[in-house]
Amino acid sequence: MINLYEVIETNKMIEQENLDVRTITLGISLLDCAGPDLSTVNQKIYDKITRIAKDLVSVGNKIQKEYGIPIVNKRIAVTPISLIGASCCRTIDDYVSIAKTLDKAAEDVGVNFIGGFSAIVSKSMTAADELLIRSIPRALAGTNRVCSSVNVGSTRTGIDMNAVKLLGEIILQTAELTKEQDSIGCAKFVVFCNAPDDNPFMAGAFHGISEGDAVINVGVSGPGVVKKALEDVRGADFETLCETIKKTAFKITRVGQLVAQEASKLLNIPFGIVDLSLAPTPAVGDSVAEILQEMGLEYAGAPGTTAALALLNDQVKKGGIMASSFVGGLSGAFIPVSEDQGMIDAVEAGALTLEKLEAMTCVCSVGLDMIAIPGDTKASTISGIIADEMAIGMVNQKTTAVRIIPVFGKNVGDRVEFGGLLGHAPIMPVNKFGCENFINRGGRIPAPVHSFKN
Amino acid sequence: MKRTVITVVGKDKVGIIARICTYLADNGINILDISQTIVQEFFNMMMIVDMSKAPKSFEEISDELEQIGKEIGVIIKAQREDIFDKMHRI
Repeated sequence: MINLYEVIETNKMIEQENLDVRTITLGISLLDCAGPDLSTVNQKIYDKITRIAKDLVSVGNKIQKEYGIPIVNKRIAVTPISLIGASCCRTIDDYVSIAKTLDKAAEDVGVNFIGGFSAIVSKSMTAADELLIRSIPRALAGTNRVCSSVNVGSTRTGIDMNAVKLLGEIILQTAELTKEQDSIGCAKFVVFCNAPDDNPFMAGAFHGISEGDAVINVGVSGPGVVKKALEDVRGADFETLCETIKKTAFKITRVGQLVAQEASKLLNIPFGIVDLSLAPTPAVGDSVAEILQEMGLEYAGAPGTTAALALLNDQVKKGGIMASSFVGGLSGAFIPVSEDQGMIDAVEAGALTLEKLEAMTCVCSVGLDMIAIPGDTKASTISGIIADEMAIGMVNQKTTAVRIIPVFGKNVGDRVEFGGLLGHAPIMPVNKFGCENFINRGGRIPAPVHSFKN
Repeated sequence: MKRTVITVVGKDKVGIIARICTYLADNGINILDISQTIVQEFFNMMMIVDMSKAPKSFEEISDELEQIGKEIGVIIKAQREDIFDKMHRI
């Protein structure tokens, strides 16, 4: 039987170390909503989402109450909308109307974000994909809860450089259309390489076409718990360090597994995966960067950071995989800048640069995340940053992503305030040298060789 | 049978257990196990209880226990036992 000390340990994690379930994300297939008439499609989308997700928020709250664990977000991911709109959307306005339908459905069921205003164009874009991409700035500016993503590359297909070029321009347009709110539209848009079909985390969540009709995916969190556990092994060797992270990750993930199974049972929707990611928030003591510091780095970004992050990421997976019957999504450590107080401090101290962040993304989940850069950054430069990150994902057979915010009218030395979970950030400098001629070539980068690894 | 863990944390004083046990008895909740300790003058108690014969819902009981906690100056939480079991047992 459970003893008092185990109970105290669990409750300390929840009450003092910010252990929480970051999100219960309900994936919904909208494939059966497609058709030739736009208004019918919009109606079907609204009806299906509000029907399947009607109890999502109340079930989330019930689980939170019964287990005493905060469930921070309840969210929805849908089939990439470029597929659903392909047969009925002829103009940008048509796609924007679907975005508004998603926004309304999300609002009416009470979720804070809905992901899946997306296109998968790893080899090249269809006319519908391109139209959706061109509608992203207006879709994000005209809605509050819609999140968008575009997958532009994969290890199997290479990188669609036409899409990469276009997205540099799209990101700048999105920044301008949402300039009144520090270009927040870009915080709701991710570019991916090797995007997973079952990622529960925003802004990149969508319900992939390999999924069933509806599925429950859960994202756990708890960087504060790992940090606290490491405080107890200060100065110990790497074996002890790794074992401590692994055991802590196991405990955290077991809670995610429990919540996922319970939500699945109560909603009568199959359980998909638990995403093992360590997801920070701007709250003090809920930071991945602080874990790196606890390992012995003065700041995130100091020499040794990539090694520290690599071992953290690996131990989180090793501990988490045994704790859950199905693991998926992004599973690893997130290193967003604006959403992690330790990362913000590191940037402000001059310890962390865009280039070091890029190196860090080679060994952890996701990539360049929530990075504010000057608003006058050229579209080709943004495309170049995206291409670099996509290449890392493609060659290393991992998911990489770029969520970058060229903040309209702001420059290095300024700050941005997104509020809530999106946090705040200093504007980071970007390499000033050009890459137009590279980006303007057009076409695609071929898939890499899968042998001769070095 | 779904078991529930009730935890009580706060400054030690006379009558904490009595008050909580009275409430549990009045509401048809059976106590299966109690353990308590004092850590740095703080009273830490855990009860494992069976609520299956209680007429009230989990939510009501949880809220009422929280309210009793406020009245006697301690923090009382009710949680399903599974969360501890899952975390600490393979």
